[in-house]
Amino acid sequence: MSLAVVVVHPDLLGTYGDGGNGMVLVQRARWRGIDAELVEAASGAPLPEGDLYCLGGGEDVAQRASAERLRSDDTLLRAVDRGAPVLAVCAGYQILGRTFPSADGRPVRGAGLLDVATSKGPGRRAVGEVLAEPADAALGLPVLTGFENHAGLTARGPGVAPLGRLSAGVGNGDGTDGAISGRVVGTYLHGPVLARNPALADLLLSWAVGSPLDALDDAEEDALREERLAEMRARRSPRGRVARYLRGSP
Amino acid sequence: MSRRPLPTRTRAAVAVTRAVNVLSRRFGAGSGTVAGGHAGLAIDPRLLEHLAAGRRVALVSGTNGKTTTTRLLAVALEGSLGSPATNATGSNMPAGHVTALAAAPSGAPAVLEVDEGYLPGLVDRLCPEVVVLLNLSRDQLDRTNEVRMVANRWRRALTTAPVASVVANADDPLVTWAASAAEKPVWVGAGLSWREDAVACPACGGRIEFAPGGNGWACACGFARPRLDVSLEGDDVVLADGRRFPVALALPGRFNRANAAMAAAAAAALGVGWEDSLARIAAVDEVAGRFSLVEVGGRRTRVMLAKNPAGWRELLDLVGPGERPVVVGINARVADGRDPSWLWDVPFERLGARTVVATGERCRDLAVRLHYAEVRHLTVRDEVAAVRAAWIAATREPARTQLEEPGTEKVEVDFVGNYTAFTDLLARAASRGASRSASRSASRGAS
Repeated sequence: MSLAVVVVHPDLLGTYGDGGNGMVLVQRARWRGIDAELVEAASGAPLPEGDLYCLGGGEDVAQRASAERLRSDDTLLRAVDRGAPVLAVCAGYQILGRTFPSADGRPVRGAGLLDVATSKGPGRRAVGEVLAEPADAALGLPVLTGFENHAGLTARGPGVAPLGRLSAGVGNGDGTDGAISGRVVGTYLHGPVLARNPALADLLLSWAVGSPLDALDDAEEDALREERLAEMRARRSPRGRVARYLRGSP
Repeated sequence: MSRRPLPTRTRAAVAVTRAVNVLSRRFGAGSGTVAGGHAGLAIDPRLLEHLAAGRRVALVSGTNGKTTTTRLLAVALEGSLGSPATNATGSNMPAGHVTALAAAPSGAPAVLEVDEGYLPGLVDRLCPEVVVLLNLSRDQLDRTNEVRMVANRWRRALTTAPVASVVANADDPLVTWAASAAEKPVWVGAGLSWREDAVACPACGGRIEFAPGGNGWACACGFARPRLDVSLEGDDVVLADGRRFPVALALPGRFNRANAAMAAAAAAALGVGWEDSLARIAAVDEVAGRFSLVEVGGRRTRVMLAKNPAGWRELLDLVGPGERPVVVGINARVADGRDPSWLWDVPFERLGARTVVATGERCRDLAVRLHYAEVRHLTVRDEVAAVRAAWIAATREPARTQLEEPGTEKVEVDFVGNYTAFTDLLARAASRGASRSASRSASRGAS
């Protein structure tokens, strides 16, 4: 039987190339000989049954429209009860929570799959590179690297662990990024976060197939990770700080 | 009004603008289009309004095609209205506009390319006679607003400003939403191949359905593509009254025919005949380096620009089916947007049959994207070395590519870069004095 990776509402959520996460999951399954298919579940139809779900980022109107459809469709809720993993990034992460802010700041009800609540941040949008140490060492993940671009601050309920502790970036706004509850993972590392963190992709895949996975040749991904991590180290060195100040860039 | 002398302060500001730009160019500090404008605006904050007074002004904005359409419109006006003031190199914020206007005689018309975010302010300040709205899609999201917000700001600006003619791409729902605030827009069916930013209806938040084959779009709320005044049928521009004009461009690609139709419609709004403007537009074979043929690393290279998913979608139609090796350059500087996540919105799978080399400062991000697209590729950070590597790799695979004999005038390598990757390569080619054939059209060379 084929592993169905469902990208939820790509017509509404997917502002930052977030569809890439579904592509990464399917390829990493296929490269191991696991039959997998990418299911693009447009917002016009009911959500299909699947083995793994991805939600992307989206603009304000689209985010509300997607949340509305997810509230009135219990497919995702039932899949999570069955143990299907979910990866939600950026606006998708906010949607899975209890509430998130609309453009004018009023709270909108989310899908309620994660006990988190997002409110509008007081300052400028959080835009830039992020570096996060995984909060739960038991998951066996290396440091997470990515890019964020959002205005919300996200508070976790009691019982919900963060995905990472930040050494760079804004994330939830309290020094942590994202949330993890069972097999539901939310993060502000948007876009192709799984391409930059293949170990996270494999964690989700191993949950979905129910067994450990063979190793893959990740030379390309490793080269990218090394470059990003080196760039962040250089940026935070005293010399890097001076250079960035002189260039006038944040 | 044009005969009234400029205020002393404005004349001083113009002199300083020109002087600073001359110095900037001479000492190589820049292209000499921005520094002077900033200095001039510091002396006279209303410099732009003063310089525009008494001119016929046309503004061109949109996510993709701004620089090309601006150039085509400027060329179209040359015959009837004289050489216009124009920011030909893409310095599309007020400092660049000041420089363009300060460099031209006071009565000359102005054709200005405008950054999407600056358009409302400029419409307000310059009272343009024509505004050309090309398209709106995701681009540099780390710097700009959501495209929907941009469309709403355009709409508000056009509601209040007495713009005589808005020439708008009716195939783009966001542009249509903005332009329908104008009194009598000229609707051009210029096409829209990237729809991912246009699905949610700007009028009601519902879902816009696109008819197959680009034959219009509509939302259940009644917001739909307006009746076209100008459409493209193959290589012809067709007007609502049935008149039909062939468009035989030196520039390649469907998107350039669309840019030409938009430019000619704007020229018509300014009183220039269709035959006259299209004939002038047809002769343009290169715009600020786009599609130019330059020598890079000893190889005749066709240089192209694609900086976002919509631009790539169009360009892949052009380069995707070819057989030449292709070098893709990706940077992520401020002018490019610092977040290259958009690479995952580009169907690079379509390059599968080509020899591909990833280059530029973010070549690693591109390499991972190509890896998942299962496109065989090399990764070479230096752009010139990448062009050389592409040629060598391609010649070693005679089965995959049919290469031209050396010594012919054909294109040997295609280079597609995002903004600074593209401008860097052109600058390096020029500095080696290797752009002997830069003015020749790549499309002709290739055909």
